[in-house]
Amino acid sequence: MYAQMVDTGVKKIKTLEEMTQEEQAFQKKIDDEIKIEPKDWMPEKYRQTLIRQISQHAHSEVVGMLPEGNWVTRAPTLKRKLQLMAKIQDEAGHGLYLYSACETLGVSRDDLVEDLHSGKAKYSSIFNYPTLNWADMGAVGWLVDGAAIVNQVVLQRTSYGPYSRSMIRICKEESFHQRQGYEILLTMMREGNDAQKQMVQDAIDRLWWPSLMMFGPRDDDSPNSQQSLAWKIKRQSNDELRQRFIDQTIPQLEVLGCTVPDPDLKWNEETGHYDFGEIQWQEFYQVLKGNGPCNRDRIRTRKKAIDDGAWVREAALAHAEKHRDSNAA
Amino acid sequence: MKHWPLYEVFIRSKHGLSHKHVGSVHATDAKMAIDNARDLYTRRSEGVSIWVIPSSEITASIPGDKEALFDPAEDKVYRHPSFYKLPAEVDQM
Amino acid sequence: MTINMDTQSNSQSEALYDYLLRLGDSPLILGQRLCEWCGHAPALEEEIAIMNIGLDLIGQCRNWLELAAKTADNGQDADKLAFTRDAHQYRNLLIVEQPNGNFADTMARQYFYDAWHLFTLEALCNSNNRDIAEIAAKAVKEVRYHLRRSREWIIRLGDGTELSQQRMQQAIDDIWMYTGEMFEMDDIEKTLVQEGCAADQQQIKQRWLDEVAETLATATINHPDPDAYMQQGGKQGVHTEGLGFILAEMQFLQRAYPNATW
Repeated sequence: MYAQMVDTGVKKIKTLEEMTQEEQAFQKKIDDEIKIEPKDWMPEKYRQTLIRQISQHAHSEVVGMLPEGNWVTRAPTLKRKLQLMAKIQDEAGHGLYLYSACETLGVSRDDLVEDLHSGKAKYSSIFNYPTLNWADMGAVGWLVDGAAIVNQVVLQRTSYGPYSRSMIRICKEESFHQRQGYEILLTMMREGNDAQKQMVQDAIDRLWWPSLMMFGPRDDDSPNSQQSLAWKIKRQSNDELRQRFIDQTIPQLEVLGCTVPDPDLKWNEETGHYDFGEIQWQEFYQVLKGNGPCNRDRIRTRKKAIDDGAWVREAALAHAEKHRDSNAA
Repeated sequence: MKHWPLYEVFIRSKHGLSHKHVGSVHATDAKMAIDNARDLYTRRSEGVSIWVIPSSEITASIPGDKEALFDPAEDKVYRHPSFYKLPAEVDQM
Repeated sequence: MTINMDTQSNSQSEALYDYLLRLGDSPLILGQRLCEWCGHAPALEEEIAIMNIGLDLIGQCRNWLELAAKTADNGQDADKLAFTRDAHQYRNLLIVEQPNGNFADTMARQYFYDAWHLFTLEALCNSNNRDIAEIAAKAVKEVRYHLRRSREWIIRLGDGTELSQQRMQQAIDDIWMYTGEMFEMDDIEKTLVQEGCAADQQQIKQRWLDEVAETLATATINHPDPDAYMQQGGKQGVHTEGLGFILAEMQFLQRAYPNATW
């Protein structure tokens, strides 16, 4: 999930009786699965929650380019380089779709980006982990994009029209990302030498738990989920999505011939799901707070890119203003 | 610093179809908006033609006017061909 | 007589091989340089555009290097050529290996190369070597767009703010001495031009100069001295120091794990 712990600012969900007429009409639309569109009336807290969630999602796409950029200059073959470039290009594109959806709520992209750089806005905790070997490009595609897709498929039905439409577009385009990642790993496992196989296992060992953390805290520790679910900004709970991800991923892991670093992982005949061990929540909250291995670096890099580019953006604007009349033709 | 203005993007996906709204881009002028829209919205050959228009130039109907604008059309079934009964002998028109 | 003919056809195919490396290595190295921008571009829109252009270039390089490998018929393939040759075996133009610098430097490098690239590809569309004509015909559409974009940036930054004009002027002046090499034809190219399979740079040069003069004038950038001393050597394998580092990074995995499948 690219959005974690999105604050709704709501302490207690209002019952139908406690709602104003406007709020009731709004909730009825939500309940009837009618999409909310930019100019429709909406509760201020719904709007704020959406801004937080969509921008967090957008920031994640953009920051997510950095761990991949770390390897794009070192991709081992021309084909792998082309695939990775296409994927990175998509991430930037998805960031733009999402910022564009967010702007329909009356905020500007530049303000959102500023919030990211000041540390006020968050992005997915996963991108604060480093990519240390080439197999990480495979594991990121398979596990990280895989986890994101589980969430995004559900979000295609989110209640806000522009967000839902960008999710539909993103899901359509992202289907190749996960396959691209899995194929990198499978090739290394099936046709690679011992050193390559070790790279794959090492990548999975490091990225497995952080991938599970992408879905956010356990439902009992997720105070904002209820309101988000009632507004249908979220459509399924963190634990449900996490379980679905694990259930669909473990068989793929077995095909690879790899393991995950969880001694408690086993198939539960009774529930029809995999049981798994306890996530290191302490680590999760520390990474969210800014204490992950790459937090500082990621933000500084993004901030530097945008700050260093200010003169370019200013110049383009100045040029357009000088030639406003001739451009209008 | 002033922001790059927002442009709404419309793409014709195939010859013979209308342009359809796909989203927005930031650009300093219309020319750049076309290029940015091309790079963003037609990466998978989704289009044969692009329109861009400054978002500020769009006038939208107000949701509060929805009833006045759109409800009257609901009971004017005679605008739809299925309203007219044809004898069985004339099966296509 | 037979021996002579063989020698001649051998040297012909060697010349062709060398020429194909020249065509493939430049987009590869420029594409690699553009990859370095990932995550650092001045706007998200440029992030996509730069990656897009890089993607086109690496794709073109793959086509040229595949054809080179086929021509040499010595068990090479595009990846082996890209990832196991050392700097002195690279045949790219010096201009493409120049560092990214700031955005103006990158765009000046891109624009000069794009204009040359487009005109060269247009000429190659008429090559009597069908494989070359085919690859060029596909690439020419992509490069027409590259030129359109880089030209716009020269104009925007040149005729933008005082600071951007200053930076663009500096960028143009700095990269200028690497442009002359594009039009220098050695025996390899001259022979292939005579045979009708390579692009005649003598004819391209004037078009390029006209294109550049017009753009620089629109951009309010002073034209550098046309008679300035020009660097050369890239096409013969004598490079600037930067190329070794580009290759060290690009080839790392293939060098550390020789003959592995990825």
